[in-house]
Amino acid sequence: MILLPPAFLLIFFFYPLLSLFAVSLLPDGVLDLSGFSKILTDDYYVRIFLFTTGQAALSTLLTVGLALPGAYAFARFDFPGKSLLLSVSTLPFVLPTVVVAAAFSALIGERGILPLNLEGTLTIILIAHVFYNYALALRMISSYWATQSPRIEEAARVLGAHGWRLWWEIRLAAIRPAILASSALIFIFCFTSFGVMLILGGIRFATIEVEIYRQANSLLNLQIAAALSIFQLALMFALMLVYTRLQAQTGTDIQAAQTVARPPKTPREKLFVGGNLALMAVLLFAPLLALLVRSFWSPNGWTLQYYAALATNARGSVLFVPPLEAVGNSVLYALLTTVLSLFLGLIAAYGLARRGRLSTLLDPIYMLPLATSAVTLGFGFIIALDEPPLNLRTSRALIVIAHTLVAMPFVVRSVLPALRSISPNVRGAAALLGASPTTILRLIDLPLIGRGLIVGATFAFTVSMGEFGASLFVARPDTPTMPLVIFRLLGQPGALNYGQALAMSAILMVVCAISFVLIERARVLGIGEF
Amino acid sequence: MLSIIGITRSFDSTPVLRGVDLEVERGEIVCLLGASGSGKSTLLRIIAGLDRPDAGDVQLEGTSILNQPVHTRDFGLMFQDFALFPHLNVAQNIEFGLRMQHIGVKERQRRVSEVLALVNLSGFERRDVVRLSGGERQRVALARSLAPNPRLLMLDEPLGALDAVLRERLILELRDIIKAVGLTAIYVTHDRREAFAVADRLAIMESGVIVQMGTPADIYHRPTTIFAARLLGLGNVIPVTNWHAGQAITAVGDFPLDQSAPALLLHPDGLTLDANGEISGTVTEAVFQGDSVQISLTANGIPLAFKCDSRQVSQPPRPGELIQLAVNPAHILPLKD
Repeated sequence: MILLPPAFLLIFFFYPLLSLFAVSLLPDGVLDLSGFSKILTDDYYVRIFLFTTGQAALSTLLTVGLALPGAYAFARFDFPGKSLLLSVSTLPFVLPTVVVAAAFSALIGERGILPLNLEGTLTIILIAHVFYNYALALRMISSYWATQSPRIEEAARVLGAHGWRLWWEIRLAAIRPAILASSALIFIFCFTSFGVMLILGGIRFATIEVEIYRQANSLLNLQIAAALSIFQLALMFALMLVYTRLQAQTGTDIQAAQTVARPPKTPREKLFVGGNLALMAVLLFAPLLALLVRSFWSPNGWTLQYYAALATNARGSVLFVPPLEAVGNSVLYALLTTVLSLFLGLIAAYGLARRGRLSTLLDPIYMLPLATSAVTLGFGFIIALDEPPLNLRTSRALIVIAHTLVAMPFVVRSVLPALRSISPNVRGAAALLGASPTTILRLIDLPLIGRGLIVGATFAFTVSMGEFGASLFVARPDTPTMPLVIFRLLGQPGALNYGQALAMSAILMVVCAISFVLIERARVLGIGEF
Repeated sequence: MLSIIGITRSFDSTPVLRGVDLEVERGEIVCLLGASGSGKSTLLRIIAGLDRPDAGDVQLEGTSILNQPVHTRDFGLMFQDFALFPHLNVAQNIEFGLRMQHIGVKERQRRVSEVLALVNLSGFERRDVVRLSGGERQRVALARSLAPNPRLLMLDEPLGALDAVLRERLILELRDIIKAVGLTAIYVTHDRREAFAVADRLAIMESGVIVQMGTPADIYHRPTTIFAARLLGLGNVIPVTNWHAGQAITAVGDFPLDQSAPALLLHPDGLTLDANGEISGTVTEAVFQGDSVQISLTANGIPLAFKCDSRQVSQPPRPGELIQLAVNPAHILPLKD
């Protein structure tokens, strides 16, 4: 039993990765470095690398810069609805990339409700990246800021610091670990940005991730695609290492946490807090509202036609099935993913909860699929699992397996803290009182990790519903998922196609928002370590 | 040098300071002794300029400094939690105040090693403050306050975060360092032993006002309020039930008292074992302490305690034994509420 999760990873994660290595280095059974030398020297690929890095750096700078004042407002001031707002602000975290892309297209795209067409520009990509990561930066920085004792600032003032020196040398310098850690994480996310880039960027902008997809899917240049995958993978693991180092630093601080937030008093403070809240609200709600509104609105006025059209299989459509069938597909895949990832994740978490050398080794390994881009996963699947002994190319199971790889880490992270908090003595006491191992599991473990299980299950369900990059490779055309249908519809001309894409995005958004509420309600009770 | 005149301060309509007056002379260490919540820290914050009083004035050499911003006051404040800058190393923490005064690198380095030597931490310049022990952090915090040579040094429970053993050791060192530099200092604590050891003058603070001021010996021997007596560890506070013509009537007996008061103190220094003494009580505990024996007893339900020379009692009294005490009238003091 205990070997199942590692075996699962070995077959469905490491084996495909190895296949990628093989395809990139040994295309015809002999060592061939031409793929790597090409992507490292050819101007075309160097430019893609530079663009990927540049847009990620710019997105990170913009996000952290915008989130800093907000983080200060949240760390130092109290206002009504603060904790609710903080929790709502993390909604983008569970929104599928296609939904976000559709939402921004509905707001400031070519057919958007604002008379401002930014589709196909770098600006709309940067804004979408800020939308995704603003709350992440705000949360990481403000929670760290709140633990900084106000005495430190006062000590600096008594010693003669004021004005910009107080800001620069004390306030900002003291939160440098949180700024660096959140920047590293956001950089990683934006570096592998795929859905947003593909849908909003058009053909002009390609990140490495997009290029892997193009090379593998349209140009069928598997060697180059595999070399790019390996290159990006190495880079991501290195960055992840940097991030975990930085993250560990935010844990060491000598001052005891204490709440020092107070209501804003002066007009300047009120303006500052209000301004940041307004920015936050506009950033969060404008695209989502635009998506909803635009999905009910046609040039002839309010309409339900886009939703109605989802049930029909229009002639000449890019899809083989009525779009609504995708909802059924997605829900089925998501339920199967939830079951499988709960099963494997629970076993994995039980193994990790017994602290030991093996568990410290396995812990980061279980997280690896999260640090691996979705496109790389999907691409690895079609390369590795399309021939005996594992020919799953045409199997619908492939989607569930791919989604489980991404969802399992969430389950492990949700359940592990609760499991670790159960002292072995508690189980011992139950056993001494006459409880059998299965009774202990039922009466002790399950109630204690119940909330963690709910959070993990909801995460797994939501991740599966929104997964895009890997599904693009492994889903069969006749059984598409909702994100795939949205993507295909968005790529088609015509108001009806566009309207249907938005309608389906709106449905997916509502599903994810409900999941989000479930997660947040369980998390308020202190579950999960992320 | 520093005059604090009629300072009042309320938080959410709860008065914390209710008219504090205090004079601090150049070069002396004034110690504010009071229970937690008596407003000591608030007073320090007002002097430092981190907080504003509702009424009253803070004057330096006769000039009000109430409207002077914190960073220009040139005062030092050592916080209870030390408030070291976690992102700076030891030397960078200490030179922070000097940098704010635009003092050059050479001079800063010289000054840093000078104060580090003063607090016995020579060679610690490059250390990470997060990795220092509690006692070392305390010294760095002191060094940081001393480095810019402040006109006034304020210390807010500077030993409060340390364990008892370390406290004993550091208290005298702290006084020696402040005296060696010749600083004027205000030292806030709730610990009478700390206050006795460090203070030139002692001010007892009780619910937002200073109720008594004097040398530590003055105050120890002649506390004037029930609260002060308790704070100084003097337990023999006896409620006065009636007062008539120089005689106070209490449950323990009648004592000469030149004024009416709600309670009187039988100072432990004035109690002796005496077979003809006017107080009789039952011993509850007798602890041999080497040079002395600490005896606790109850007299008509009132707990009393005193010390006697261990050579005068060949056999310490046993719990339950009946003993007689004599009182030296000079050590009977009236106590206000």
